[in-house]
Amino acid sequence: MPGLSEAFSRDDVVYVARLARLDLDRGEVDLYAAQLASIIDHVAAVTGLDTSDVPATAHPLELVNVLRPDIPGPTLPRDEVLARAPLAESGRFRVPPILGEAP
Amino acid sequence: MSAWAYPAGAVETARAVRAGELRAREVVAAALGRIGRFEGALHCFLTVTADAALTAADAVDAVVAAGGDPGPLAGVPIALKDNLCTRGIPTTAGSHILENWVPPYDATVVKAVAAAGAVAVGKTNLDEFAMGSSTENSAYGPTRNPWDPTRVPGGSSGGSAAAVAAGLVPLALGSDTGGSVRQPASLCGVVGVKPTYGLVSRYGLIAFASSLDQIGPFAATVADAAALLDVIAGHDPADSTSLDVALEPVSRQLGRGVAGLRVGLISDFLVDASPSCVAAVREAAAVLAGAGATVEEVAVPALMLGLSAYYLVAPAEASSNLARYDGVRYGLRVDGPDVTQMNGRSRSAGFGPEVKRRIMLGTYVLSAGYYDAYYGQAQRVRTLVARGFAEAYERFDVLIGPTSPTVAFEIGAKTQDPLAMYLSDLYTIPTNLAGHPAVSVPFALSEGLPVGVQVLAPALGEGPMFRAAAVVEAGADAAARGPIEPHAAGAVR
Repeated sequence: MPGLSEAFSRDDVVYVARLARLDLDRGEVDLYAAQLASIIDHVAAVTGLDTSDVPATAHPLELVNVLRPDIPGPTLPRDEVLARAPLAESGRFRVPPILGEAP
Repeated sequence: MSAWAYPAGAVETARAVRAGELRAREVVAAALGRIGRFEGALHCFLTVTADAALTAADAVDAVVAAGGDPGPLAGVPIALKDNLCTRGIPTTAGSHILENWVPPYDATVVKAVAAAGAVAVGKTNLDEFAMGSSTENSAYGPTRNPWDPTRVPGGSSGGSAAAVAAGLVPLALGSDTGGSVRQPASLCGVVGVKPTYGLVSRYGLIAFASSLDQIGPFAATVADAAALLDVIAGHDPADSTSLDVALEPVSRQLGRGVAGLRVGLISDFLVDASPSCVAAVREAAAVLAGAGATVEEVAVPALMLGLSAYYLVAPAEASSNLARYDGVRYGLRVDGPDVTQMNGRSRSAGFGPEVKRRIMLGTYVLSAGYYDAYYGQAQRVRTLVARGFAEAYERFDVLIGPTSPTVAFEIGAKTQDPLAMYLSDLYTIPTNLAGHPAVSVPFALSEGLPVGVQVLAPALGEGPMFRAAAVVEAGADAAARGPIEPHAAGAVR
């Protein structure tokens, strides 16, 4: 187990914020490093328990796939949904370039 | 035709409206009048839909006038937590990222209460995305506790709890992921119910932690809360986790008493709770015993592992659920030179500090190298919590304990220490991890502030839970219960 008892470092905050698509300023990085370290320290109390023979519970119910006949039903009107988007064009969501400008 | 008598409850109001003794318009106008009087001091609402409410009230009156029945909640004003989608009415989840968002559809519970004749009067304040225990994490400012405006109403459904406590509405809906209905109910002196997971459809509830979230009622009395639960419970094909079971209406359970009911008092919950909370639970136990229940103390040490497991599981699920706020399809967008930078800028500008903390915590415990040690372990501990409950429920029909370790705390007391805030949910979280129901019933006053007692039951044990809750309520200090007359704008108790 890598570094479970170590405090949450500034590098951890920067790494996790990048994964979570959060831009943090310097002050936020310091603040969250301290706060997350204290939270992780507390909740890590359960990491030492021997649970080798305990199955995981992902969900309180025994989930089963819910299927229905493949018959098209009513859906939300496209224009009504696109009207709520920050930017839409030609019946689609418009976003900035993903892979850089096309030549 | 008599005027609507504050504080008439939901069941009595609906009876009078259905019988033609009272007009829904009068009831709704009276509720809007109280909202107008106290909203400035309390800030329970993010949106008040006065015109739509009066129109809906007129429709209820028209049904009665035509000889029809508008339903079991006819003309009853209801407030909706602002993480429940309402078609055509802004729904913010208490976040800047959804500041201007207007849902194109209604949550199933919103349709259900309208179909029962209830009249929605507005959307209530909450901790951003329901993450918090004080309503101070709302991007739109805190709600104040009607019993003492210097104190928090609890959270995350603090606006709904305070609105019922102040008599602005007889009913409200909230959501409970780790105690977000029961804890504010306890701090505001009202009844708050967390139903069995799957009993109430989550369709249209803005997701926080999907394996824990459940919608539940607030009311001044156990009977009113039961009437609302009966309206919102039921199978919904739009929610794949909705249970397809026929539960006997809980309203019918209330008069049945607790003779022979086996009640366990969770001794682990008495260790760190404040003396007034412990005293209330012991007195409630005596009330149940006096009504014919057998009451015994029981140690369920596994429940005390719940908080740690929860603060690994819930943020993990939240980090995944909140990935959808990316500035593309709805909500706030802050432009950037490419899509990744646009995502980061939008999320940073739109989310508040607690939401960012939980997203990062969740992302961390799901990240490579930590997944099994934290998230996997938390899921195994979740099993231990469920097993602890299962063993206790072999000997007991219901369990009781404090809802919250303390009475309402002062605004600002815990905002700089997230961990201290998290401990507010110590006694409510295990129920969510197991998917069970629980209810908080106002029971006593401590230095002028209400103290709630929690009744817990196994999955689909709402029947015995409500029977016990009704007996606890009958033995409670009536002065500990809302609605109260809040002090006028700015006044301090």
